[in-house]
Parts: sequence; C-alpha cells; structure tokens
Amino acid sequence: MSKNDDNKIITELSEKEYEAGFVTDIETEVFPAGLNEDIIRQLSAKKNEPQFMLDFRLKAFRKWLTMTEPDWGHLEYEKPNFQAISYYAAPKSTAKYNSIDEVDPELIKTFEKLGIPLNEQKALSGVAVDVVMDSVSVHTTFKETLKEKGIIFCSISEAIQDYPELVEKYIASVVPAGDNFYSALNSAVFTDGSFAYIPKGVRCPMELSTYFRINQANTGQFERTLLIADEGSYVSYLEGCTAPQRDENQLHAAVVEIVALKDAEVKYSTVQNWYPGNKEGKGGVYNFVTKRGICKGDNSKISWTQVETGSAVTWKYPSTILKGDNSVGEFYSVAVTNNFQQADTGTKMIHIGKKTKSTIISKGISLGRSNNSYRGLVKIGPKAHDARNYSQCDSLLIGDTCGAHTFPYIESENPSAIVEHEATTSKVSEDQIFYCNQRGLDTESAVSLIINGFAKEVLNKLPMEFAVEAQKLLALTLEGSVG
Amino acid sequence: MSKTLIKIENLKANIDGKEILKGIDLEIKEGEVHAIMGPNGSGKSTLASVLAGREIYEVTGGKVEFNSKNLLDLSPEERSREGVFLAFQYPIEIPGVSITNFMKAAVEQHREHKGLEPLSPSAFLKMMKEKKELVEIGSKLANRAVNQGFSGGEKKKNEVFQMAMLEPKLAILDETDSGLDIDALRVVSNGVNKLKNKKNGFLVITHYQRLLDYIVPDVIHVLYNGKIVKTGGKELALELEEKGYDWIKE
Ligand SMILES: Nc1ncnc2c1ncn2[C@@H]1O[C@H](COP(=O)(O)OP(=O)(O)O)[C@@H](O)[C@H]1O
Ligand SMILES: [Mg+2]
Repeated sequence: MSKNDDNKIITELSEKEYEAGFVTDIETEVFPAGLNEDIIRQLSAKKNEPQFMLDFRLKAFRKWLTMTEPDWGHLEYEKPNFQAISYYAAPKSTAKYNSIDEVDPELIKTFEKLGIPLNEQKALSGVAVDVVMDSVSVHTTFKETLKEKGIIFCSISEAIQDYPELVEKYIASVVPAGDNFYSALNSAVFTDGSFAYIPKGVRCPMELSTYFRINQANTGQFERTLLIADEGSYVSYLEGCTAPQRDENQLHAAVVEIVALKDAEVKYSTVQNWYPGNKEGKGGVYNFVTKRGICKGDNSKISWTQVETGSAVTWKYPSTILKGDNSVGEFYSVAVTNNFQQADTGTKMIHIGKKTKSTIISKGISLGRSNNSYRGLVKIGPKAHDARNYSQCDSLLIGDTCGAHTFPYIESENPSAIVEHEATTSKVSEDQIFYCNQRGLDTESAVSLIINGFAKEVLNKLPMEFAVEAQKLLALTLEGSVG
Repeated sequence: MSKTLIKIENLKANIDGKEILKGIDLEIKEGEVHAIMGPNGSGKSTLASVLAGREIYEVTGGKVEFNSKNLLDLSPEERSREGVFLAFQYPIEIPGVSITNFMKAAVEQHREHKGLEPLSPSAFLKMMKEKKELVEIGSKLANRAVNQGFSGGEKKKNEVFQMAMLEPKLAILDETDSGLDIDALRVVSNGVNKLKNKKNGFLVITHYQRLLDYIVPDVIHVLYNGKIVKTGGKELALELEEKGYDWIKE
C-alpha cells in the first residue's frame, strides 16, 4: 500500500469526531478539590454509611498514601494531580423515580443523544438499567421483577444501606484495598457503582445493564461494582460507557469484583467509549480500572468480554482467579486505538484449582499514531493439576505510524499443565481495500468491514443488546446479523 | 445499431515508471462479448486493473469513455457503482467477513448510489438465494469468510456470484477460467451466459481457447506487449490454438 493511501485511510478515519461530545447541564453538588481523611469522613457521612465502611475507606486511604503509581505499562501520560480532583459530585436531583417522567429531562436528553434507550422500550425489551451518572445512581428499572426471584440489583450505596452484611462479607474479597495504587484510591473514595446478588440456583432472566457516564468537569470517577453469583446461579452483566468531550484529562479508576460460587456462571460484558482525546492527543479520559473475578467454587465460570474504543489512556486487566476445581475463565477482548490513544490491556488467569481451564482471545486494532499493548499473565499454581490455557493475541495495524505490542507472561508451577500461546500481527493490505473498492465500498466502509471481520470471534460473544452498541462504536455492520 | 458501452482510445499506463500499456484501442457495444487473449505478461491484467481504477498504475495517456462518462475521473468505488465489475484473476481473502455481509454492504452502497432504498433483509436474502443458484454455490459457502480457504474453483465461482449480485453493465473477467476443472468451467460459463443481456457487455480475458467454447465472443483481440496486435471473429481463437502465440509475435 502506498504511503499516500495509508495516510488517506488514516485521516478519513481519524476525522470521525467523537460523536458523544457534549455536556449536560444538571445542577450538581461538588466537594472542594483535594483528598485527606476529612474529605473521606465527610463523604462517608454524606452517604450515611455504617462504621465498617468508614473504617474500610480510611484504612485504604492510609495504605494509598504509602503507594506510588505504577509505571510499568507501555504508556506515557502526565500523572494526574490527585489533589486537584474533587472526590464527590452528585446530581442534585438524587430522588428515586417511579417513572421516567420524573427524571430530569436534561438527563434524558443526554441519553437520547447517546442513543441509549433509557425508557420503557428498553425495559420492555428485558433490560434492567441502573444508570450511574457522576457517581450516584439516578434510575433503576425492573427492580421489582428481579426482587421476585430474590435477585438484588441496585447501587452499591443502597446495598451498603440495605444489605450491609453481604457488602461487608464480599467487598475487597477479590480486589484487596491495597492491591494496587488505583484500587486503594478507589476503596478510599468510591462514591457509587452497582451491586448485584443472584441467589442460589437462580438464573437471572434478563441482562443486567449499567450505563456509566462521566459528566462533571474535573471530577474523578471511582465506581465500585460488586457482583455475587451464589451457588448454581447465572447472570449476564453489561457495562457501557460514554463521556462528553472535554479538555482536561479525566481520571477514571473503577474497581469491579465478581464472586462466582460453586456451579455459578457470570458473563461480564463491557463496551467502553470514553472520550479518547482529540486528534492532537489533547484531553481524553484516563481509564485505570481493576477488574477481577474469582471462581470460588468448583465448576464455576467467569467470562469477560470487552470492546474498548475509548479513553486517552487505558490500563486495564480483567482477571480471573480460578480457585474452584474445574472452574473456567474466559477473556475476549477487542481494543481499538486511534490518533494518540494508548491502551495497555490484557488479562490475568490465575489457576489454583485442579483441571481449571482458561481461554484468552485478544484482538488489538491500531490506527493513527496509537499504541496498543496486550499484557497477559497465565499463572499455574502448584496444585493446579491438568490446568489448561489457550491464548490467542492478534494485532491488526492500519497505517504505519501505529504500534502493537504483545507481552505474554507464563508462570507454571505444575508440569501437568498445558499452556498454549499464539500471536499474529497483520496489516490491512492495499489489495484488500482495492478488492472492496471494486465492489463499490468506499475505503472507510472497507476498513470497517475488515476490522469487523478481524474482531468477529469476540463480537460474537457479546449479548444481543450490546451488539448494537458495539456496532455503533465500531461503525460497522455486525457479522451474523443477516443470513 | 446498439449503443457504445465503453470506448478506450490510445490508453497508456505505467507501473514504477515502466510502460505496460502502450496505446490500447477498444470499443465494446451493449450486448457484446469481447475476448482478450495473449501470452503471459502481455498486459491483460494491467488493462483490467487500469479500467477498475487501481491506483498503483499511472495512466500516462489516452481516454476511456464509459456510459458517456470519463471513466478515468472516477474512484474505484464509483466505477463499481457505475457498473464496472472486475472478476479478479487472484481473488483476495478478507478474513472473518462473510460473503453475505460483504455483499450486503456492497449492494447497499450500489443502491444508495442509484438513489434506491436499502433492501429489506428478507428481500436481500431472497436475492442472495437466486444468485447462488445461478452459479450453483451452496448456502454454506456464503456464510464463510470471503475467499478464505476457498479452493481455486470456489474463488472463481464466488467472483461470478458477486457479479450476479451487482449486475454490472460491464463485466471484466480476468482469467476466470484458469485453474478450473471442466465442471467448474461449465458452471462459471453458464453463470456468465445467464447474466448476458442486450444491455450489458463482457470483456473476457483468457489465456486459453477452451473458455471460448462456452462463452462465445463476438470479437477477439490479441494483446501482445501492451498493444492489441490482432482483432477478429471467434475463428481467431482457433487459429491461435493451432499456431500458438509465437505466430503473433512475428
Ligand atoms: N507491480 C508490478 N510491478 C512491476 N511490473 C509489473 C507489476 N505488475 C505487472 N508488471 C509487469 O507488467 C507486465 C504485464 O503484466 P500483466 O498485466 O499481469 O500481464 P498478463 O495479465 O497479460 O499476464 C509484465 O511484464 C509484468 O511483469
Ligand atoms: Mg494476468
């Protein structure tokens, strides 16, 4: 492919401005910037939390003070100034609504602009939506239906009030507060997030869905998500994100914890579309997330599926601890980076139990001047007899100013384990583009189609509800929707 | 007299500064089938690529009028939407993209160009079914990724299938017969013959006379060293078969 063609393709794609870039004008209450024990006490008091939560936060904060930001990622960015961030911003209208009509119309407009159908239609289509906007849940649907089955799906703040024993038992049981710099920070200052508990033997009848949206200027986001699947239960959980366009970098440091007990299965799907910064690499969200699940009981299963197109800097490794015998961990990921975006993502599969199995399929797509790294750890403990892992990491380069890097780490302490790793790097060729052009497809559609084909294995893992979101994000016709 | 579909005048093209096409003149009228024969390296694929708008070739002279438009002014995708189809000598693999989705995207862009509404999924699938029958390809093939792991015959059938889907005004077949066994050759030729009508035209590039038993041309051109050195009726193919290409080199 001639350099000119490359550049043309890249600019054409780069010129797609971030369509979700607008700001919602909702009155908010904001804490002064800065972080100290006082702020944490105030925050906890504001949220009317029990003592154990305050203690948990303070302990995490003290730990955080002793830690330094990790810098081993294949990332370059200006470190956030944690004292310049306000740690609490709640939309003023925090009342719970019985009907959609009561919700602030500005908020509804925002969601409509994003094309998020937060309305009865969505509810009718079987999706319970728990919206987190600037840290506080504002709308929950279908809670009643879920309640009949004994399923709890609410904001973590509500869970702290209503189910403190469950929260106390499981919070930080998968991601200890001191696990890393960002998880410590999150533990100290998280304002909201989602909580779900699926009781024994219950199959959750609908996809649980949360749309996150960062809205307040200069407000860090510290969501906390805790999902517990009791014995023999099943749940599919969807997390989707978009953020309005801004100049300052915004920090996002969420913690997601999943506990799967004996015979339980959890599917966790993410479509992430945070503002990646402009074409010059200015602005954009810093996404430093700790996501981890534990297959605690025998025969349990956790699957992570993610489509990552946003953020200026992404640092994210959804991981699974395979503790129960015969437990299964899966990780399916598509990460697209463009312009000056940097992504360092991957997974960790920690095999502890016997006959544990993990599968990793990672598809990285780089355009523009972006850098896309896969970092994966497969660790086989001494007791993980007959453990198996299969990893496949494919990179697709579009143009020649971008980069793809693969860092697979394998640590095996059990000789009966079988670990397989395959990696490929390919470029979109001029022959492919011309072939598509000859059939009447413009170059942008051709690239979309090729990207789509490349990522198909992962996209096919997404629940139907999310397929539409992913399609919008990748601007492609999803494979398998016809014929 | 029928209308001129494409008129190529004194077309010259270079690659990497080397002149490959040295002044081609060719006119195809609606309803006509023209064949281009010639030894390897004479510039047959180059002519096909230049007509399809491949940018690695530099057009250094001449003009091409297609359907009353200056073809050389159009981008490759515009040429396609205007009705130029190229069945590739070496079809390209597009991993992970099913033929169904590939064709859906292509048909949509063609329809948009014509100011038509997108087809409903069921109408599209019906069209797929009809065209698949035309080239005797199974439904399984259409769910596979474009050309990925296809046999030579499957690739060529897939090209003719796509041609049937897009219903071009001018179809250029670049050695669609090469590497085909007699059955596949029959299927491919039948497909082409069924698609032939009074309004469209074909430019069939082949190395062998064999194909022309199935697709009967109105005119045969012999291309040698970037120039058309002979033009005649279908008896020219037989003469070439008998005497070999050395005959025209003299
Ligand atoms: N990419 C290229 N770079 C340089 N020369 C080329 C290239 N492609 C084709 N050629 C040359 O152009 C001439 C014509 O090739 P081609 O059109 O493929 O012939 P044919 O299809 O008749 O066999 C040959 O001499 C070939 O070597
Ligand atoms: Mg050729």
